[in-house]
Amino acid sequence: MIIYGVTLLAVCTLTGVALGQILGVLIGIPANVGGVGIAMILLVVIGHTLQQRGVLDLKSEQGIEFFSAIYIPVVVAMAAKQNVYGALTGGPMAITAGVTAVAIGFLLIPLIDKLGRPSNDHDQLTQTTEEQRHV
Amino acid sequence: MFEALDKVSNTYSMVVGFALIGLVMWVSYKLSAKLTAGRIHGSAIAILIGLVLAYIGGVISGGKHGIMDLPLLSGIGIVGGTMLRDFAIVATGFGVHLNELKKAGIVGIIALLMGVLSSFFAGVTIAMAFGYTDAVSLTTIGAGAVTYIVGPVTGAAIGASSEVMALSIAAGLVKSILVMIATPAVARYIGLDNPRTAVLFGGMMGTSSGVAAGLAATDPKLVPYGCLTAAFYTAVGCLMGPSILFFIMLALTGGA
Repeated sequence: MIIYGVTLLAVCTLTGVALGQILGVLIGIPANVGGVGIAMILLVVIGHTLQQRGVLDLKSEQGIEFFSAIYIPVVVAMAAKQNVYGALTGGPMAITAGVTAVAIGFLLIPLIDKLGRPSNDHDQLTQTTEEQRHV
Repeated sequence: MFEALDKVSNTYSMVVGFALIGLVMWVSYKLSAKLTAGRIHGSAIAILIGLVLAYIGGVISGGKHGIMDLPLLSGIGIVGGTMLRDFAIVATGFGVHLNELKKAGIVGIIALLMGVLSSFFAGVTIAMAFGYTDAVSLTTIGAGAVTYIVGPVTGAAIGASSEVMALSIAAGLVKSILVMIATPAVARYIGLDNPRTAVLFGGMMGTSSGVAAGLAATDPKLVPYGCLTAAFYTAVGCLMGPSILFFIMLALTGGA
């Protein structure tokens, strides 16, 4: 039944968000510590286990897929309730600070991507060329 | 007659929201196909239209919640509220490959730290350029550049003035909205086309709404990977802002 999928999604979301909130209280910060992330991992792990055991049938999966599919419309609605007016009238300093933070973030992404990427790919490449030379 | 309509839209607010958002999506995908031959993604256009509507709502009502501050349209707020947003984000995680996540684990942690630090110091530098010198204001504005939640949380903890708090919120809003708009445009240049870079992107940008919308407009398949790291970003910011980052600013400005 579709509701089983929705329920699984609901239980995972609630558990994750609750854990995130409790973590926040324990650390002493007024924020949810990774609740959505924890929920997602729960859904992946529990969902896949149930799938393998054949408990989660196609109909149940549709309950999860529906909410996954309305993600973009939900995000569009979220965009429509942002305080865009507040952002644009926040003054030049606020705008410059926000723009600079984003620009630096975008610039750093490819750099960290390169730094953190294991050099295996490269090694393998040189190895194969060397091997080819030997051959 | 307005009262009658008002009653319907109040009772069925979420239904009104679905109807209107569906209309926005339809118009956006038509525009995407007809005007840009699909080059600009329909969802990117839809998010842009959403932001324009939010601006119009703000101008007319003077409120803080965009289009949902207008009568008859409050249902948009339910469809785009935290509850449905997070529910849908978790649902997108169903398609995630655990191996991809494991591979990106360390990258995600590095990105979270680098993301908070780079945004914070970007904000601090700009605040200095605009003439702020005291550690409390500099830290609060820097924290605002992390996210619009970290800004006021930090400001409240270290005793910033309400004007500085408002500025920090505005800086965070600008960041969040810019991430929504700019991500699909720069995605190609920063290699944002695989789960690993999406994890990195979520950690670097961190603003949950910005990351959620930016990835949706770029490639919906990447959404769960970015949102997973972004889920930790505000918490890391709230943790570091009033503590280590404030101490660094105290040391740098020589103030007590």
